[in-house]
This record gives sequence, C-alpha cells and structure tokens, in this order.
Amino acid sequence: MAGKGIHIEGLKKRYGSGDTAVDALKNVNMQVAPGEVVGLIGPSGSGKSTLLKALGAVIEPTAGRMILGGEVIYDNGWMVKDLRALRRDKIGFVFQAPYLIPFLNVTDNVALLPMLAGIPNAEARSRAVELFKALDVEHRAKAMPSQLSGGEQQRVAIARGLVNHPPVILADEPTAPLDSVRALAVIRILNDMARKLETAIIVVTHDEKIIPTFKRIYHIRDGVTYEEAGEGREFE
Amino acid sequence: MISLAGRDIMHAWGKFVFTGVGLGLLIGVTLSMAGIYRGMVDDAKVLLDNSGADLWVVQKDTLGPYAESSSIYDDTWRSIRGMPGVERVANITYLTMQVRQGERDVRAMVTGVTPGEAGTPGWPPYLVAGRQITRGHYEAVADIASGFKLGDRIQIRRNHYTVVGLTRRMVSSNGDPMVFIPLKDAQESQFLKDNDAILQQRRRTAENPNFNRPQVPGLLEAVIASQSTNPYVNAVLVQIKSGHNADEVAQSIRRWKRLTVYTRGQMEAILVGKLIATSARQIGMFLVILSIVSSAIVAFIIYTLTLGKIREIAVLKLIGTKNRTIAGLIMQQAIALGLIGFVVGKISATLLMAPFFPKYVLLEPLDSVFGFIAVVVICVLSSIIAIRVALKVDPAEAIGG
Repeated sequence: MAGKGIHIEGLKKRYGSGDTAVDALKNVNMQVAPGEVVGLIGPSGSGKSTLLKALGAVIEPTAGRMILGGEVIYDNGWMVKDLRALRRDKIGFVFQAPYLIPFLNVTDNVALLPMLAGIPNAEARSRAVELFKALDVEHRAKAMPSQLSGGEQQRVAIARGLVNHPPVILADEPTAPLDSVRALAVIRILNDMARKLETAIIVVTHDEKIIPTFKRIYHIRDGVTYEEAGEGREFE
Repeated sequence: MISLAGRDIMHAWGKFVFTGVGLGLLIGVTLSMAGIYRGMVDDAKVLLDNSGADLWVVQKDTLGPYAESSSIYDDTWRSIRGMPGVERVANITYLTMQVRQGERDVRAMVTGVTPGEAGTPGWPPYLVAGRQITRGHYEAVADIASGFKLGDRIQIRRNHYTVVGLTRRMVSSNGDPMVFIPLKDAQESQFLKDNDAILQQRRRTAENPNFNRPQVPGLLEAVIASQSTNPYVNAVLVQIKSGHNADEVAQSIRRWKRLTVYTRGQMEAILVGKLIATSARQIGMFLVILSIVSSAIVAFIIYTLTLGKIREIAVLKLIGTKNRTIAGLIMQQAIALGLIGFVVGKISATLLMAPFFPKYVLLEPLDSVFGFIAVVVICVLSSIIAIRVALKVDPAEAIGG
C-alpha cells in the first residue's frame, strides 16, 4: 500500500468569489518521495493550514493536480468521491496535540483505524502492538491517554498515523509541545518509520530545533511554495 | 469493532450514573403517575366487584350512587325482588365523611348494609380479621387502610360504633377506605341533624298552620315523626339468577319500576369515564409534561456531552470514521442514559414511591413495557440535535490553523 509518495502540481485554492475572493494557495508544487521526510515552513497566514487541509482531503482545491500514493485524488476540478475512505487508507495524520480519544486505551486508540477499515480486531491490535515496540511505548499499551507523558502521547499519535500503513503522513507541528530532546526523538521516529514503511512524510513546523534535520524544506509564502535544500543534520 | 459509546460511558461512568439517577427519579415519578391512574381505575373496579351486585337500581335519571346522589324509597327492594331473574336484592347507602376515633378523624366512605348474611349484596366479601356485623346497630367493619383496629370505638355523627371486623382493599373510587355499618344507622346518619336544628325544625313545623290544625289532632305529631325519619336509601343492589341476562333484567326493572338501572359494564363506564375522568386528564397532562421534561433533560445532557467531544469527533471524522458510527456513538449513549434512568425509575417507583404514596399505585407490567419503549423513543429523538451537531463537525477542525 505504501509507496509512490506525494506529487502536487500547480495547486490552487480560492475562498469566496468576486471582490471578496481570497487566494489562499496560488501555486503549490511539491514532490515527496516514498521514505522521505520534508519540512513545510511558512509564516502565519501563508497558506500552510490550507495546504495541509487540501493534502488531507478535507477541502477541495480550486485547480491543479494532486497525486497521493500513486493515486490521482484531484485533477483540475475532479476529486475522488469517497474522501473518508481516502483519508482512512492513504493518509496518516499526526497533530500538534496528540488528540488521542480519551475514552479508549492506547491500543484501541491506534487499533481503531484498521478496525474502521474492516480489519479484524485481533489483527488490528497486533499491528498496534508492533508499532508500540518500534516506538518504545509497548509497556503503555493498556494505559489510558491521560496516564501518559506528553512524549508518550505523541508517540502513540504517531503510531495511530502509521497503523494503516498509509503512503502519506501529514504531521502538523508534531513537536510543538515537546522539549528539544523529545522533539528530536519524534523526528527520528518519523524518519525511521518513513524509511521502514516507504511513507512520504510532510512535517509542518516552526520548530527551530528540528528544521536542521530536514534534507529538503518547502517554504510557503502567500500561497506559493519554494523548495530549498535543508541541512539534513544527523541525529545525535 | 470497538463500542465507542460503551467505552465513553465506562470512562465517564460517574457522570452517566448520576445523570441516569436524576433522570430515573423523573421516570419514577412518571411511572408512579401512570400507576396512580391505574390505581384509580382498579379502585373503581374493586368497589364494583366488592359490592357483589350485577345491577344497580338508582333514582331515575341519575348516575348514582357513586357519581351522583340518588335517593329511592327503602321499600323499593321488595317489588324488585319479585321480578323474574332476580336472585337477591339489598338496600345500600354510601356517604363519604369524616369518621372520628379519639382525637383523630379519617375520611371514609361509610356504607350502610342490609342485615343478613355473608354474600348479601353490599357486604364486604371477605374479612382479614374479626367477624361480620351481626347486630342491627352500632357495629362496624372497617378497611385496614383506615387505620382502625378490632375493638376500636369510632364515632359517626353522634353515634359510636365498635369495630368488629377488618377487611382489605375495600375502598371508594377516590381511594377512601370503606366503613360498613348497619343500614338503619347509615340512613339515620345521612339525614340526622343536630339537636338545635331538630328543635328549630319542630318549632317551624308547629308554627305552620297547615300542619298544626286544632281540628285535626295528631297531624302535627305525624308530620314531625315523618320529618325525623329517613325512608330513603341510595341504591338497591341486585344479584341476578344464573342463566338470566343482566340487560334483560335491567330493562324489565326500568320498564316496570320506572327507575334507572345500570349493569356492571355501564357502572364501570360511569366510574372510569365520568368520576375519574378529570383526574385521568390531569394525570395525562402530567405524563405529557414529564415526558417533555425528560426529553429536554436527555437532549440537553447528550448535547452537552457531545459538545465536550467536538475535537474527538473531528479527529474521528478525519481518520475516516463513518457518520453512522458517530451518530451511533451518540444515540447509544442517549439510549444507555435512558436505560439507566428506566431501571432507576422502575426501582424507585416500585420500592420508594408506590408503597408510601397516600393513594393506591398500581404498577402494571404492560405500563412498564410501554414506559420502556417511550423512554427509548424519547432518548432516540432527544439525541437527534446532538447528532446533527456532531455530523456538522468539520474534520478540518482537527487540523490546526
């Protein structure tokens, strides 16, 4: 399922019409290869969130072309119909706050996604446990979210984003609430998982601590993206 | 698949249980109200059953003796007894009044019964203690709901009676306990005036030249004697012979005696349809109001709980949860709240409310079934607002910015 990355050409998004129309995205072009983690940086109001929502299939672009995991999901006015299934099967989300479901334990928070996709409960839970091992939260598998530290919660959230083996992961400031050690740990995990699962990951961030870790960075300003080579600093 | 509603309830069980208990007490009141209505209908039926009558002969064009006052001569029974199809007849009087015992008084339906034997129409069909009335005066049989005990001395008007027997579930259609006394005493108490009123009446009669004629000796005494006796009863109870049709016997009495006669079915219709109709409408209104209040409470609670989960719902939608799963989560919670409420309501109505209510509360199993269905329907309808809110949640809310 994983592979083929993200391919975006000339993506535009206009809100409203006539004199009050606002072009939130004017010309967005991005390429993220499978197994690659890129940064997306931009000031407030630059169109970051709009781009993330378009990539996350929660809003429909106005023009352009968007291919996720080898499947065209938007092409100049045409869009895949079942956006819910698209989000469930092709896109993993990691948010600024973990947003774990407070009434489900850690395992069920993660296993819920494959269950929603029709995967049997036992297999869904075993997938979750495998990811917990990789993310070093196996010992917290039965805990409730409120019993976890911030770092543990974010690792569980990453597991939730990865559990359906999506070809694309959108991480919206995943390190914002974490200290530098934990922030770098999260980025390391995302890089490891990207490589292991052939997943293309876009990390939206303002976090100065983690920006040097990206090999490629997309800047977005006034709805237009610019590509820049990153430092790609090794993790210590 | 995980039961999201079940997990949420288990996670916040205290909130659900306490809310459910509050709702349950409201449902308990609702069930009790229905039980009060059932109790009133049952009291009415018990009153008719216990009279042992097949027909009620009453004053012409009245709904007596329970719904309207009725007076017929106390010798009417003789001519009725000789009619075809009539097995037994007995005079009866009913008067709801305060019966005194020592310092306290009890509202009771004082029933005057014809001397006779057990099985005579109007007699209490069974006793739980003591014996039936055997003397012509000053003995009483009381329902235990009156609080009287064997040997108690009770006062009705100016006369004192000894309680010689106790019975159970002998009540009026209003739920007042019945006190049985000999017919003659009851007739007297219905029309007995105080001494001042008697003196006044005698003086007025003596001053009336039509009654006090010097040339007609004994007229004044005869008039005064007629004024101080009561030749009326409220009804004649009739038992018909087996094999005879009650309607035919009733028709025959109506035709030849020119009195109004009611069969059992007609009398039940009068009691339920007229005597307790207003109370039934009041209770019906209360049931409607309580149902609306219950709906509002469930709707408000579920709505509030849903608002508290907007972010989680946005996340669930973003990760691909179907709308029907989210709607199911909310509806199942509403139904679970209703179930907790119903169980608490049923228990509180049965154990806490009905036994201590001053009126007879009859909790019918079928009413509970209808109540349960109503609670589920109310909960489902009440969850609609919250479901609409949840389904409008934009999954984009989970993404910052």
